[in-house]
Amino acid sequence: MSHFSRETAERARALVALYPERRSALIPMCHLAQEQDGWLTEEAMEDIAELCGVTPAEVRGTATFYDMLHTEPVGEYVISVCTNIACLLGGADELLEHAEERLGVRAGGSTTDGLFTLEEAECLADCDFPPCVQVNSRFVRRQSAEDFDRLLDELASGALADEVPKHGTLIRVRRDGGLRAGRSEVAEERRAMSAAQAERAAAGKDAS
Amino acid sequence: MALTDAPRIVTSRMGRDDSHTLGRYLEAGGYDGLHKALSMTPEAVAAEVDEASLLGRGGAGFPAGRKWSMLRKAPVTYLVINGDESEPATFKDHLLIERDPHQLVEGVLIAAYALQVTQAFIYIRGEFALGLERVTQAVNDAYAHGAIGSDIFGSGFSVDVVVHPGAGAYICGEETALIESLEGKRGFPRIKPPFFPAVIGLYGEPTVVNNVETMSNLPWIINNGGAAFAGLGLGRSTGTRLFALSGHVRNPGVFELEMAKTTFRDLIYAPTLGGGITGGNTLKAFIPGGVSAPWFGPDQVDLALGQDEVAEAGSMLGSGSIVAMDSSTCMVRAAWRITKFFSRESCGQCTPCREGSGWLERVLYRIEHGGGREEDLDLLLDVSDNISPGLAWPPQQTTICVLGPSIPSSINSAISMFRDEFLVHIKEGACPYG
Ligand SMILES: Cc1cc2nc3c(=O)[nH]c(=O)nc-3n(C[C@H](O)[C@H](O)[C@H](O)COP(=O)(O)O)c2cc1C
Ligand code: SF4
Ligand code: FES
Repeated sequence: MSHFSRETAERARALVALYPERRSALIPMCHLAQEQDGWLTEEAMEDIAELCGVTPAEVRGTATFYDMLHTEPVGEYVISVCTNIACLLGGADELLEHAEERLGVRAGGSTTDGLFTLEEAECLADCDFPPCVQVNSRFVRRQSAEDFDRLLDELASGALADEVPKHGTLIRVRRDGGLRAGRSEVAEERRAMSAAQAERAAAGKDAS
Repeated sequence: MALTDAPRIVTSRMGRDDSHTLGRYLEAGGYDGLHKALSMTPEAVAAEVDEASLLGRGGAGFPAGRKWSMLRKAPVTYLVINGDESEPATFKDHLLIERDPHQLVEGVLIAAYALQVTQAFIYIRGEFALGLERVTQAVNDAYAHGAIGSDIFGSGFSVDVVVHPGAGAYICGEETALIESLEGKRGFPRIKPPFFPAVIGLYGEPTVVNNVETMSNLPWIINNGGAAFAGLGLGRSTGTRLFALSGHVRNPGVFELEMAKTTFRDLIYAPTLGGGITGGNTLKAFIPGGVSAPWFGPDQVDLALGQDEVAEAGSMLGSGSIVAMDSSTCMVRAAWRITKFFSRESCGQCTPCREGSGWLERVLYRIEHGGGREEDLDLLLDVSDNISPGLAWPPQQTTICVLGPSIPSSINSAISMFRDEFLVHIKEGACPYG
């Protein structure tokens, strides 16, 4: 491992400890890499491959399937405007158009200063506040064009730094500890429980 | 029909700002259900859930108790909770995850005990950053409280719970795709048979997959008994259910209602619920259960919000999401947007779904944007028929998963209910709604 910082590497190993098979840590680890670098670099994918016991190509193959994993650089703030059905009825197309104009990029593009990436999103499951907008996966719940402009200003000035961490920081709460038992211990526990279950069933039959 | 005075089962704590904290949860009797469950045998816990007749809340509506009892013959290794919630206009698990994570965790622990599973994974869509933080915190606090870990509450039962983030892909809500994703792979649905999760699930082991709302009902069921739950609702639709109402209503939101005792009219118009259609307009059509469901017209608002009632009328309650569309809505645009969603989210494994969705999307786009041709309506129905032969309901499936056969629902509905609107688009070479 050469790319992950000491802290990232430590957290990556903690992720591996949460799963019976280490490959399951792959997607959470991609999020972690994005937290370190803002996006998913080639070097990070090599480290992830090593930690998860797969090839870098497999990491890339998985990552490119998912909208939230970016194998190209993105802005510090990824702004997602949902245009799916409930938001469409609530004026999402107009908001997206405004956002494109205001940022000077089409959906999918990034501003040249590296600050913003604009995305047209599918339903974000916040359909009672249309049009729904997220920045770096945080709901911002501002619908009008004026609200949107104010949002950009506040993001640019850092006024929202607490509410909206920079791109890639997904879960700020650290999981305490790993799994209590590995795969073989689990198998052992389950054998014991099945035996107890059979005993209870037999006892139940005796009683009746 | 009056609204019933059924108790709130899963939203009783939602009114408070700190509803997500362990302290608040304990004050409101939190983890009592788990204590009680641990004092019973696992079989007795499962029997209560069976008696409750709790239907799965993820969309397919399969009874949770039945799913579990089928599995108890071959012991289950893993429990996986589906918190991917990506069906458009569905936003009820979002509420449960962010506002009452301990209720979810307690439900998961009760299910784990009943199934005698010692590892549970809660898969939450990656876009729920706050939700992921809240559930992770709840799991940490529950470990510290002795509710998760070794010998929980001194019962001799041990269990681990892991919160797992998704990364943005609708198809990962399908249970076998979710398992693939949890194994660090692309979210490609697996072929059933043989890959029923109950038989070959996570890491090839028998696995139960249940929805977030399904789990969140369990603490109440154990505290109050399966019979009390089954006493609410009508027929097969027992208990209460969360309905997510969006679109052109004054008061969109998530409402917990007794199953089958409330109508779509109540939900959309009652002042304490949807509050009626916005802007003095009238209702033109509504989607009764997520965008995979066929639409209903205003003449169907008196149907009850029940599993069988909606199925008999030719659609489904699905994920419990209702979208109201008023008289200003362009139905071509609505159908186009929903189809664009399926085309973007098709995983691409099956040709009819991959190619068909893209084709349908392009034809709808051109009708909406003034380039439609007269033969396009037949073309739409033809391509739809290729994806799901006969265009019947429930749909025929020729693909690996039911995403494919869900695509024609909205198109079929829009054309059969609003054919003239399509024709006007085509004749005038423009959208009449601007
Ligand atoms: C395309 C597709 C998407 C789905 N999305 C979800 C979802 O987001 N959440 C969910 O719980 N179930 C979803 N399901 C249903 C699951 O496959 C599964 O039936 C469900 O999680 C089982 O839980 P339940 O029995 O508690 O309802 C989806 C199914 C399909 C075919
Ligand atoms: S039906 Fe569509 S989404 Fe489902 S497996 Fe086939 S291609 Fe993938
Ligand atoms: S349709 Fe936009 S958040 Fe659901």
